Amino acid sequence: MTERRTIQTDYLARVEGEGAMTVRLEDGRVEHVELRIFEPPRFFEALLRGRSFLEAPDITARICGICPVAYQTAAVNALESLCGVEVPEPIHLLRRLLYCGEWIESHALHIYMLHAPDFLGYAGAVELAQDAPKIVERGLALKRTGNEVMTLIGGREIHPINVRVGGFYRAPSRRELRALVEPLERAREAALETVRWTAGFEFPEREVECELVALSHPDDYAIERGRIHSDAGLDISPAEYDEHFEEEHVEHSTALHSRLRERGTYLCGPLARFSLNHDKLSPLALEAANEVGLKAPCRDPFRSIVVRSVELLYACDEALRLIDVYEPPDVPSVPVEPVAGTGYGVSEAPRGLIYHRYRLDAEGTILDAKIVPPTSQNQGAIEDDLRSVVGRYAHLGDDELRGLCEQTIRNYDPCISCATHFLSLTVERS
Amino acid sequence: MNAERYVVIGVGNGYRGDDGVGLAVAARLRTRVPAGVDVIPCEQEPSRLIDAWQGAATALIVDAVESGAEPGTVHRFDASTTPIPAQALRSSTHAFGVGEAIELARALGKLPGRVVVYGVEGGEFGAFQGLTAPVEAAVERTANAVLDDLDRLSREEPPCTNEH
Repeated sequence: MTERRTIQTDYLARVEGEGAMTVRLEDGRVEHVELRIFEPPRFFEALLRGRSFLEAPDITARICGICPVAYQTAAVNALESLCGVEVPEPIHLLRRLLYCGEWIESHALHIYMLHAPDFLGYAGAVELAQDAPKIVERGLALKRTGNEVMTLIGGREIHPINVRVGGFYRAPSRRELRALVEPLERAREAALETVRWTAGFEFPEREVECELVALSHPDDYAIERGRIHSDAGLDISPAEYDEHFEEEHVEHSTALHSRLRERGTYLCGPLARFSLNHDKLSPLALEAANEVGLKAPCRDPFRSIVVRSVELLYACDEALRLIDVYEPPDVPSVPVEPVAGTGYGVSEAPRGLIYHRYRLDAEGTILDAKIVPPTSQNQGAIEDDLRSVVGRYAHLGDDELRGLCEQTIRNYDPCISCATHFLSLTVERS
Repeated sequence: MNAERYVVIGVGNGYRGDDGVGLAVAARLRTRVPAGVDVIPCEQEPSRLIDAWQGAATALIVDAVESGAEPGTVHRFDASTTPIPAQALRSSTHAFGVGEAIELARALGKLPGRVVVYGVEGGEFGAFQGLTAPVEAAVERTANAVLDDLDRLSREEPPCTNEH
């Protein structure tokens, strides 16, 4: 008799019928793996049509409560490149500083509240906090510092509204930024402790094989600008994205999967960034990586927590450097006149590459928008990893196997606004 | 810690249909709360709640819930000393739900002495702006419930906080 097992996790119970993960086994063989994610950008793409191009940073910032800066940066990059505007260096550096704030907040949240409990045998951050309050407080303090950076430069706490096409509505003074130095210095210490802490976890031996894709820039560890590179030699501008990447319907799912044309699944995010760009990290971050034995390339999704910790340290260090060299721009923004045509923009969200494309008419009305978030790009890689994990550990009981599947998914830090935590669980056997 | 400080926090996502009800209630209350009460909208993931209620003696939180009740039903949970029923708030569209934020703060001694959660039963949580009719109708009722509680609580003895 055939033994069938179905392991399922619903993590977006509010959205009808959207199971997060379904794994079906037949006689111990993986028959079907499906990860379903809610894709809010489709709704925002529709919302953007007919609006002025100047509204794009504000509207796209609302796609995600965790990485608004990633979305708005990709939007302004796309629109400024179409309109032939390159913002002055001080404005550019201020954007990078704002983005460091987002990396600090997002990485601290994922490392401490969502991911570390998996390695330490806790159900979640609450249970971890009961046993190790000081550690969780360190995570919350790091998160708060990232939030302070975003609030000061972004202009308000809810969504950074200070970002505009062409620059900022208002640029902070040197004195205002100096208020961030002390908390950031403390955060940098805490981040160094975080690297040492997470590197001490136990990691199952595991490597993913797919192509690694990240932005790269000759001058720095690419965050807010760069060309799209891969470890297999891809080197393209954002405008060439659609020639090399495609979104395809997958048989079992309504979601679109991103693929490299004729090459298949790829992975973006911390593992890809570190593997491709580790030599651009600051000396302090690189030294910390060396100290804990983190080597590039790193293809171990479980060790992404250590990579995120190194990036957290880098973001604190880089933020301090940017504040140190900051000179307020002469004007907070440069004028941008709309140009009819199509603009392309990218940036490195905390969880990976994000791509925006806008088509404008001569008045600056958005005729068409396309937004590809990192989680859709990584969906194929996550499913491949799940398939392999389930195949390897099929002998485990349902609860253990499901726990391992959840951890496998969390290794990729799937986008939070759409992919929430793991909630009701159903196991079906027939 | 200021024993007089009250915060009202509306949690939600205005682009996810009825999930925006917490924000709508906060907007409704902004001009109607007594002096000394902060009204804070929280559109981000709820671990930021811990910062939002820092130093407050009383926190009143409004969020959408899905528990199977009629849309527009307003549940009230006193979370001051015991966790709220996880079932009700667990389907928050945020990574780290309101329930977890409360329990995390409790574990760390960062919870205000009085915490009340108003859960408004949502009907639809798809990607759209605006509330469905039964939930829209519940906004005023919830706002009034919060005002009644503020009035009643302000006449009680200030609570002990669990803040360390």
